[in-house]
Amino acid sequence: MTTPARSANAPSKALLEKIFRTAYKIRVFETEGIKLYRQGLIRGYFHPYLGQEGIATGVCAALREGDYIASTHRGHGHCIAWGADVKRMVAELLQKETGYCKGYGGSMHIADISVGNLGANGIVGAGTPLGVGAALACQIRGSDAITVTFTSDGGSNNGTFLESLNLAAIWNLNFILVIENNQYAVSTRIEESTRETDLYKRGLAIGVPSFQVDGNDPIAVHDLTREAVELCRAGKGPVLIEARTFRHMGHHVNDPGKYMPEDELASYKERDPVDRARNALLEMGGAKVQEIAAIEAEIVAEFESAVEFSKASAEVTPDAFREFAVGY
Amino acid sequence: MAMREIMYRDALREAIDEEMARNSDVFIIGEGIAERGGSYKVTEGLLAKYGSKRVRDTPIAEAGMIGVGVGAAIAGARPIVEILYVDFAMLGMDMIVNQAAKFRLMTGGNGRVPFVMRTQGGAGGGVAAQHSQSLEALFYHIPGLRVVMPSTPSDAKGLLKYALRQEDPVMFLEHKHLYMTKGLVPDGEHIIEFGKADIKRPGKDVTLIAWSNMIPTTLAAAEELATQGIDAEVVDPRTLVPLDKKTILESVSKTKRAVIVQEANRRGGVASDICSIIQEELFYDLDAPVTIVAGLDVPIPFNLTLEKASVPQKQHVVAAARRVLHVDPIELAAE
Ligand SMILES: Cc1ncc(C[n+]2csc(CCOP(=O)(O)OP(=O)(O)O)c2C)c(N)n1
Ligand SMILES: [Mg+2]
Repeated sequence: MTTPARSANAPSKALLEKIFRTAYKIRVFETEGIKLYRQGLIRGYFHPYLGQEGIATGVCAALREGDYIASTHRGHGHCIAWGADVKRMVAELLQKETGYCKGYGGSMHIADISVGNLGANGIVGAGTPLGVGAALACQIRGSDAITVTFTSDGGSNNGTFLESLNLAAIWNLNFILVIENNQYAVSTRIEESTRETDLYKRGLAIGVPSFQVDGNDPIAVHDLTREAVELCRAGKGPVLIEARTFRHMGHHVNDPGKYMPEDELASYKERDPVDRARNALLEMGGAKVQEIAAIEAEIVAEFESAVEFSKASAEVTPDAFREFAVGY
Repeated sequence: MAMREIMYRDALREAIDEEMARNSDVFIIGEGIAERGGSYKVTEGLLAKYGSKRVRDTPIAEAGMIGVGVGAAIAGARPIVEILYVDFAMLGMDMIVNQAAKFRLMTGGNGRVPFVMRTQGGAGGGVAAQHSQSLEALFYHIPGLRVVMPSTPSDAKGLLKYALRQEDPVMFLEHKHLYMTKGLVPDGEHIIEFGKADIKRPGKDVTLIAWSNMIPTTLAAAEELATQGIDAEVVDPRTLVPLDKKTILESVSKTKRAVIVQEANRRGGVASDICSIIQEELFYDLDAPVTIVAGLDVPIPFNLTLEKASVPQKQHVVAAARRVLHVDPIELAAE
């Protein structure tokens, strides 16, 4: 089940534009965010999604309002693809009260349950049971909403991967588990973590329809996710998707990633997901170069104004915090 | 108010049944809870009444099922996850400690986790070291959790109903020896708010603080003390988090003497924390050092004589009360 047929219908220009906008917005968020980090404006952990934009972008474009997502420590991309307000994301990273979590959470904990974002997670693998739980809640309520958990090659070696995917399977939940296989857990290669590096096969072992896709191809990811959604809605869920990809840099902003072979990195950069989204919009969508330039300028301006907004925002005061902490 | 005498396990079932009838978001999952009705018969009849969507058996996957419960709660449902033994909840500690307990704070107060984990602990019956623990202190230590330890059918029902209406993760810790005990439960709607201790026996000479299965032991000790002319007050906090410090401190201010009785082993226990609260607030009013009666700091052995020797018995409570009343001399520890 590795290569499902690409949908016969060519993607609409609107869809291609949405995909490019999302992928580019993530790219800008991460590259500009790293600059803010280097200026000392962002502290703590920052795990860039650079190079993996195609996955969150493609998956979320196949979902709809009312669905749920759960994310990872490398979560900015999922948030943005889910439609988060960049202003409130930047404000969160800058520890401000106007952030999604008022500065209580930070990069690894951005969540917005009001729109079904169950949140990033500082514990590798933890989003899988949480996502299955949301899918269970939906089933009990008689909703046909879909829950997607983004996990990682590292997360697939955690025990709850099997436990919770199996629960989703015996209960036929509308749950899609997306393994972003970037082939590294920090510096440890996938080959050192498992004998079978085709991670989608783990789903087959427990009766879950499972697929592998090029994670650097946002359109392919989108098409496969739509099929997965249809399988779920036909009562054949859950579905496992392994999306192959590669980080564009080290594990986090302070990891030079020297252990990543240069030629391999170069080969993935040649298949850059943002470039592919842009080319798809140009070639398949027939967009003009100026249109693209206008979209890019708009996204950069949005980020800049988010930074202004965040800098001007206040932090939660210790007094307000102490009040908040009562009852813990 | 009209009352009925029912068993602890029936009181728990009534609470679940009434809340499931009242709110379609309430559901329950666990090992053998559906068709079989659970190892302690708490969930008997619920499958027939509410169907297999809301009453589900799970495979043996504690981390997974606790995590799934937490996720469902974050998404707005009201799961009850039944874990056969509190010992097995250790497999799900990441989900309890790192996810459930922290979600509300990590989201700046926007997220809620109305998750209830029902489980049971305690020694008795020779089920040995991995099925006998009292682990409330682990949960008590973690900010963000609620820790409930009912000792009577009435408390079990009222507190479980409250647990299913509030918004934070609850560790609802039952005791394997209490399921078949009987007590009076009020007819009709019966809800007990968290953070309200109950005076299980009023008295004036010494305050005995205990919870869960130490309540029957402590009440029996109080009766024996009464035959010796000592009038003990027994305070049951019922919920360890939130802890009703006010009722505890009021009782101790009156009696000026306190004994804290916990089944769990002593080291790092809840009793030590309650002790520190009392001495910090009431040091100058006390007529004797606050005393703790607790389990031995050792895994519980299988042998029934040794099992009994591991956890507090009535005579230990009686002896401790007599010591703080200076009837018997206070013995210093040998070490
Ligand atoms: C349970 C747990 N163990 C270890 C860590 C430390 N840690 C953070 S990210 C990471 C590597 C994760 O690799 P992977 O899961 O493949 O995700 P990626 O970083 O590649 O996106 C590790 C070991 C953690 N956060 N949680
Ligand atoms: Mg990885």
